[in-house]
Amino acid sequence: MLAPERTWWKPMGRLEKTWLTVALVWCIFLTIMMPLWYFMGKQNVPTETYRTTPQQYAATVNDFVAKYQVGEENGIPIVAAPPGSDVYLRASAWQWYPILQLEKGKQYRLHVSSMDFAHGFSLQPVNINLEVLPGYDYVATITPTTTGEFTIVCNEYCFLGHHTMVGKIIVE
Amino acid sequence: MTALSPTFPWAKDAKDDYRACPVTTLKVDMHTERLIIANAVMAVVCLTLGGIAALLIALTRWQAIHLLDATWFYRLLTLHGIDMLVAWIVFFEMAGLHFGSTVLLNARHAAPKLAWLGFILMTVGGLMANFVVLFDTSSIVTFTAYVPMKAHPLFYLSYILFAVGALIAVITFFVNIVVAKREARFEGSMPLVVFGLMTAAILATYTLLQGAAAIVPAFFWSLGLMDLDPGIYRNFFWGFGHPAQQVNLAAMVAIWYALAQMTVGIRPLNEKFSRLAFILYLFFINLGSAHHLLVDPGLSFGWKAVNTSYAMYLAVLGSMMHAFSIPAAMEVALRAKGFRKGLFGWLRNGPWNEPGFGALVTSMILFGWVGGVTGVTIGTEQINMLAHNTLRLPGHFHATVVGGTTTAFMGFTYYVIPLIFRKELKLKKWAVWQPYVFGFGTLLVSLGMITSGLQGVSRRNWDISFAGVVPGTVDLTLAIFGIGALIAVTGGIMYITVVLTSILTGPRLEASNMLLVAGTNNPLLESTQLTDHQLEDKQNQPRGTLVLVFAFLVWFAVYYLTNWWLLGRTWFIR
Ligand code: HEM
Ligand SMILES: [Cu+2]
Ligand SMILES: [Cu+2]
Repeated sequence: MLAPERTWWKPMGRLEKTWLTVALVWCIFLTIMMPLWYFMGKQNVPTETYRTTPQQYAATVNDFVAKYQVGEENGIPIVAAPPGSDVYLRASAWQWYPILQLEKGKQYRLHVSSMDFAHGFSLQPVNINLEVLPGYDYVATITPTTTGEFTIVCNEYCFLGHHTMVGKIIVE
Repeated sequence: MTALSPTFPWAKDAKDDYRACPVTTLKVDMHTERLIIANAVMAVVCLTLGGIAALLIALTRWQAIHLLDATWFYRLLTLHGIDMLVAWIVFFEMAGLHFGSTVLLNARHAAPKLAWLGFILMTVGGLMANFVVLFDTSSIVTFTAYVPMKAHPLFYLSYILFAVGALIAVITFFVNIVVAKREARFEGSMPLVVFGLMTAAILATYTLLQGAAAIVPAFFWSLGLMDLDPGIYRNFFWGFGHPAQQVNLAAMVAIWYALAQMTVGIRPLNEKFSRLAFILYLFFINLGSAHHLLVDPGLSFGWKAVNTSYAMYLAVLGSMMHAFSIPAAMEVALRAKGFRKGLFGWLRNGPWNEPGFGALVTSMILFGWVGGVTGVTIGTEQINMLAHNTLRLPGHFHATVVGGTTTAFMGFTYYVIPLIFRKELKLKKWAVWQPYVFGFGTLLVSLGMITSGLQGVSRRNWDISFAGVVPGTVDLTLAIFGIGALIAVTGGIMYITVVLTSILTGPRLEASNMLLVAGTNNPLLESTQLTDHQLEDKQNQPRGTLVLVFAFLVWFAVYYLTNWWLLGRTWFIR
């Protein structure tokens, strides 16, 4: 707090050097973990993204629903597309549309985009969380590894009805 | 008092108007004194407003109580974020910058008028933000105000006023240092605490400019004058929002050094080591904006990985260096006083009944062991998928910015009252307990939030029972959070009561002592008497600290690796 003596440029002590080395090694380990997992891990953050507009994306979702609808729940269509195909999810204040029906162990290309605000795709209790923005068609290549009914919670604040924005994915 | 030749045009009529502090032997410029008082008062006012909001929103998120309705919850959530993170912290930091650039350098305030202009702009901006959020429903957009959710134009304007005011105040910091140097008010290098504050000021300049890049376009967009891409807004907003946290970090670490010097009389073991750690903040922390965009569309893995790791976690390295150097210096200083028994005899004999010491230790533990570890973990690109926008996020930053920064600032206030306000500190017993109460409450808040978030509970959510997915243990973890909130709020009330009682009652009184409770000696001045010989004495080596930091590393590794394990158990995704 008070001014130091004139020459403070001194070599570090033994303990300082020890800790500095250990800490640096730890930081390098932290750095390496990310690329390591990127190439070896099975859970990576999707990066595939396309530009879109709300109108264009809404039209794609409608085509998709018309083609693969298998049922309905509370006015929201249940849609089952064949494994390996593109499946579409639309976020708007305050609804996830439609309900997707998937098969365990099969891979899908899941698209999400927003019609209005930023929304948050939070799949529970799997606990996978992604940001959903208008104008961006975000593609996640997913493989469900568990079966059951899963809830999609919106976890990006999207104005006053935010907490009512709850959707569903069914895995068989 | 000699007349000084004016160095800057606006400093022409500045008189060298100061008093000598009887405790520190430093000169206190009277302009600085008034500026510090004004900024500190505004800081405490904002803390009070933010604290009221904290209590109400916490009692709402505690699902068993669920106090407010949805609109009021989101409204007060917005206010809480603004009054706490923006207003309380920044007002306090401005007080700190005025202090560091004059008093600690024995110098004068070279641009008081400019500094007052900054203060007024910040005050107007802060009040305006509160009014807009309280009275305009469309402006309940949380403090991040993600485009395209449109608030009232005055909302963005209030941010701009506040930020411009802060920028002006930061500029006076640099002016003061340059003038002090020219007028040869101090010799040699500037003190370490000022060096740390300067790191904060440089980061703040960069941060505020980046903030302008986010908020000014948003202001014009809200007036319908331009388009704004939501992804780009987020990128700019966090280019400002994340480095702003590093400003808080650097300021807090500077305060740590100050508290350690004032309460146990440390002399930094190696100035080079500590300064290098600050320089690492300066160069590597600015890359941190990616933290908030790790699961956003449109960004590549490479960009995110490099940016989130601040290029090889070198800023984390800086923090780990401080985490060693401060306790180590404390250990050496206490050992030199004769507390040499075993590994931790020095720690047991620390002045635990001195508010500044309690605040320092509480702040360091919460910041490092909880905040730092959880922050690095959720800031890892892939792991963020498990944590983004869950309660783990506020769980992390209530450990850093509340348990760490706020506790340290509160502890420091107790010394500002006698030294700057020149009032006797009242309710000393309360001041002794306050950091522990506040810290313990914050610890429970953080742990409750983090464990709820691990189970998928989202942040900023009025009612999670709609989600219907979270297992029953959530009730337990949210109760831990809720009880912690009550304790933390109690600690906050204790702080505000001590401050108000001290400054509003009692006559003006020159301070006579550095320590408030723990005795009549003056560790700050003693610290200058620690000899090289004492620092190098084998008996005084900080062996206990080395054990502590290694224990920290083990905990860090366990938490970090457990999260990778958790990630490996979820659905496959690419
Ligand atoms: C008395 C202690 C405090 C309690 C009980 C408390 C409680 C809370 C609660 C319940 C939330 C909302 C969590 C959510 O639903 O997402 C929150 C958010 C937040 N708190 Fe605190 N808080 C306290 C102190 C502070 C302090 C001192 C600061 C800053 C220095 C702070 C900064 C924030 C921020 C930035 C948010 C995020 C707001 C948002 O998501 O828009 N808190 N706090
Ligand atoms: Cu939403
Ligand atoms: Cu939402």
